[in-house]
This record gives sequence, C-alpha cells and structure tokens, in this order.
Amino acid sequence: MLGCDVHCCQVPALAEDEVRMLKEKARQVRIHVLRATAEAGSGHPGGSLSSAEILATLYFKVMRINPKDPGWPDRDRFVLSKGHAAPALYAVLAEAGFFPVDELLTLRKFGSRLQGHPSMKHTPGVEMSTGSLGQGLSTANGMALAARLDGRPTRVYVLLGDGELEEGQVWEAAMTSVHRKLDNLMAFVDYNGLQIDGPVMDVKSLDNIAARWRAFGWHVLEIDGHDIRAIFAACEEAKSTKGKPTVVVAHTVKGRGVPFMENVVDWHGKAPSRDQAEEAVRRIEQEAE
Amino acid sequence: MMADAPKKIATRAAYGKALVKLGEANPDVVVLDADLAKSTKTDEFAARFPDRFFEMGIAEADMMGTAAGLAASGKIPFASTFAVFAAGRAFDQVRQVIGYPGLNVKIGASHGGITVGEDGASHQSVEDIALMRAIPGMTVIVPADAVETEKAVFAAARHKGPVYIRLGRSGVPVIFSDNYNFEIGRAALLREGGDVTIIACGVLVSFALEAASRLAEENGVSARVLNMATIKPADDEAVVAAARETGAIVTAEEHNVIGGLGSAVCEITAEHFPVPVERVGIRDAFGQSGTPEELLRAYGLLPEDIVKAALRAVERKRGTTR
Repeated sequence: MLGCDVHCCQVPALAEDEVRMLKEKARQVRIHVLRATAEAGSGHPGGSLSSAEILATLYFKVMRINPKDPGWPDRDRFVLSKGHAAPALYAVLAEAGFFPVDELLTLRKFGSRLQGHPSMKHTPGVEMSTGSLGQGLSTANGMALAARLDGRPTRVYVLLGDGELEEGQVWEAAMTSVHRKLDNLMAFVDYNGLQIDGPVMDVKSLDNIAARWRAFGWHVLEIDGHDIRAIFAACEEAKSTKGKPTVVVAHTVKGRGVPFMENVVDWHGKAPSRDQAEEAVRRIEQEAE
Repeated sequence: MMADAPKKIATRAAYGKALVKLGEANPDVVVLDADLAKSTKTDEFAARFPDRFFEMGIAEADMMGTAAGLAASGKIPFASTFAVFAAGRAFDQVRQVIGYPGLNVKIGASHGGITVGEDGASHQSVEDIALMRAIPGMTVIVPADAVETEKAVFAAARHKGPVYIRLGRSGVPVIFSDNYNFEIGRAALLREGGDVTIIACGVLVSFALEAASRLAEENGVSARVLNMATIKPADDEAVVAAARETGAIVTAEEHNVIGGLGSAVCEITAEHFPVPVERVGIRDAFGQSGTPEELLRAYGLLPEDIVKAALRAVERKRGTTR
C-alpha cells in the first residue's frame, strides 16, 4: 500500500524530451484557448488555462486513445466535469487529431461541433456531455464500472473544478467510487482557488481539501498542477494504487501563462479581445524560445 | 367494481419480473437502485444477477449519472427509484447527462401518482410525466397492467435512447392477454365506440373500461376506449381519428391535469382536429395520506368521474353545453 501524499514513490520518470514535448503541447493548448475564446467573443479562459498541463499530460502521454477510432472499446476515458473548460479540452482533442485544428475557431458559433460546453453528441472524442457542474464524477464511475464488468483495461480520468466541489453530487459520487473500489478511476481537482463570485475560500470554504477526500476513503495526492513530471508521477502512482480510487489535488493558477489573467477572477468567464489574445500568444511563444 | 374481479398485480411487481427475464436474454442489461430495491422490485434482478446490479444508496442524482456512464460504455441500464425522486430530485441529471446526450438509459419509476397511499404527498408524484415529457427526445411510457409492463420493458430495451417508464405501487387488474402487441408510440384500442373516446393510461385504464360499460348500459352512450401507454411520442393518428370519428374526448390519468396525458391529447386535438376534451386527473393539487381507494375518490379519479366527464363531453359536442 502506498502511504505517501506526494509523488515520492518510485515511478518511471519522464524523459527530458517528453517533458519538452508536453510543455509544448500545454503551450499550444493555451494558444488555442486564447484564440478560440477571442474569436468566439465569450467562453471561459481562466479555468481552461489552469488545466492545460493536466490535459496535455493525460492526452499526450498517459491515456490510451486512438483518434482514428474514437469508439475503440478498450480506450481510456476522460470526463471534463468542469465543462466550462471546454476550450482546453477541444484544444487537446484537436491536437490529438480527433478533428481539424482549424475547427477550434468555430468555438461557440452557430452550427459548430464545438458547443459552449462539451457535448458528446456533437464532438468526436468528447466522452460525456458536461457543463452543469457536479455531475462528471458520477458518469465517470459508471464508465469505470462498465469497464470492470467487461474486463477491459480502460482507465477513467475526470477533471473537477474546486468550486465544483460545492455541489453535493460530487460527494455522493465520491462515496460510490470508494464503495465500489474503483481503482481504475482517477480524479483531478483543478485547485485554482477562484470561482465566479470570488475566492473559493470566501464563497464556501474548501479548507483542508485533501483531508476531505481522504476522509471519504480516497488515495489522495497533492501536486503542483503545472508540473508535468508531478502530473505524470501521480498518474503512475494512481495506476499502481489498488482497491481505491486516487484523487489529485492539483494546485494551479487560474489564467496561468497569461500575466494579465493570472489570479484575476474576472477572467473566469470573459473572453480576451483579439488584440489581448495575440499579445498573450506572443508572450507564450517567446517563453518557448 | 368490475364484475368478474380479475387478478390484480402491481405494475412495479411486473417490472421486477420483467427485468429478470430481460437480464437473462440480454447480458448488457444492468440495474441500479437507490435504496428502494424491495419496493421497486429490482431486488429480484439483484438476487439473480448480483454482478449486474448496482445498489447506489440514497443518492438518486449519483444513480442517474452512474447510469449515464454505464450507457456511454455500451450497457443498457435500468435506473429505478420512486417516480417522485427519479423525475423530481434527479431531474437535472436526467436532463443533462441522459436526455441531452440521448444516452440509452431506462428509468423505471415506481410509485407514480397518488395510489402510493399512506406515505402522503412527499412520495406521491403528480408531476413526473410533465417533467419527463418536456425533455427533448425522452420517451414516456405509463403501462396499464402487468402484461403491458413486461412488454414495455422489453420494448424500452430495444429502443435506442432514454425511456421513462412510470409504474404503480398498488395492484391493478390484468387487462391484456399475452399476445397483446405493444409498440412504443402506438395506442391500443380496447373498446370500439362512436359517441366519445376515453383515452387513459396506467391505473385509470381499467376504470375507463368500467366507465365505458356503464355509459353503454346506463346512458346509452357508446364510448371508445384507447389505452395510450406511450405519452410521448404520442399516437397522434389514434387521437385525431378519435376526435374525427367520435367528436368528443375524455382523458383519464393519475397525474396533474397540467402537463400529462390530458395536456398531450389537448395539444394534438387543438392543432389537428379541435373537439371538446374533458380531462380527468388531479386538479393541480398535491396528494395526501389515505388509502389508494380513498384518494382516488377524493381526487375524482374513479369510473364514475370518467362517466360524468364523458357525459359533459358529449353534451358539449352536441352544443348543449353546461
């Protein structure tokens, strides 16, 4: 049994070039998020930017998926429970090849496959329709149960927001994951500390977030949610943790990578102008050089 | 009461047995319940297929979400609880992760209506059909007896997409024979008649038949009786034919007159062939404690209420309105 709460265990480390590749993917996600929301004139850049490394690491290193065969029964599943981070999910799906990258600029437009919040009926690669908060973990549990029934190697990943944990259904589902010993399921909490009405701590305190999950019986890890090595290590540890699900409390920065957006709550649900987006993109590209 | 007193079986009991049969026929069928397996009768499936039964505890929202996830992975989940919790408490889950993605989840909602009895209004669902009917793409079925329940369960499993099946707590007479051909979206003609059509669902179907007999014997009125088990998609053709051929309609349901069968029929006639319609149902009120019989009487859902409504409808048709 693993006793640690941080990524201290012996797991295969990522090679340097893989870390570079994943960082580059996360940068691409940020650029897509900025350009798509600017083009749409609405959307949720803050919480999309905070989850860029988690999504990039899952989609380009951890998860077993086949964009050429999106319905492959043995594939791993990802549920974006914080559905408003759709621009980031669409970015990794496009980069992975589920649909053309150009299509990202149709975000939120009439007739687009890229709805304001993820819709599994519209978008290849989207595994569950989300947007009404608090519901993703229940659906992920269902997928994990189905995989177990069918003896599939499928692992199920779910990304929750921190404010989302205020929804009671999350805790109903958290009980189910543990009761059913769903060790083929892993949850991330994008702990960026901000929600629409202000700091999560002020809106409804999430003090001791890790202890809460631990009390529910989860294997809990706490990491820097922008540290690709830590994200990967957490995923490896979750895979080798048997008999219980793993949750990663990922400390992140809302708006990460765009200085004028970082930790500014207004950027939860407001799109940058085209100029703001391009200025931010330039900075992200400079960083890469 | 009916002269030959046919055998009474609650539709929830028939549901439990049908699930076991379905489970034997189809390995993809799984069943979920929220601490009411003994009441919804899914305990029989649980005993027969423990690996395919998921006791979710008192957490209906979580149950609907879990069912959605199972369906997204190819299973055919039947999620069961009382109608008031399935449609009411978990409405948003049913809408967001079952209805919107069109997932293949079947909701077995028992204890519909006021015949729940003594538990009172908190447990008596008078608005579930309205709620479920308003979700785009949701199929809504209210079987009238044990035979129809079993056939509806099998039909729901064959149907791709979400289905809401409303079941009752109390025993109801068996109306249909085993060779009855149930089809989603198709009303069943139970009795031919030319003066008025009684369109009923669920518990009130046997009452509708009784009312039709009384109308013939005591009033010389020839009433057609349609069992409209599928509230949605409604059998527009049968309703329009009834309007055209009999010129007057009575609807009968154990539900609020707002949003249920009566509303569905009025929508169809208003659009296609307006005729007088009288709605027998709960007049926009909550239920209360009592025996099912006391409540059916208090809320005006007995055969005699249907008879009165039919006579009113016929009067209106003849232009001698109240």
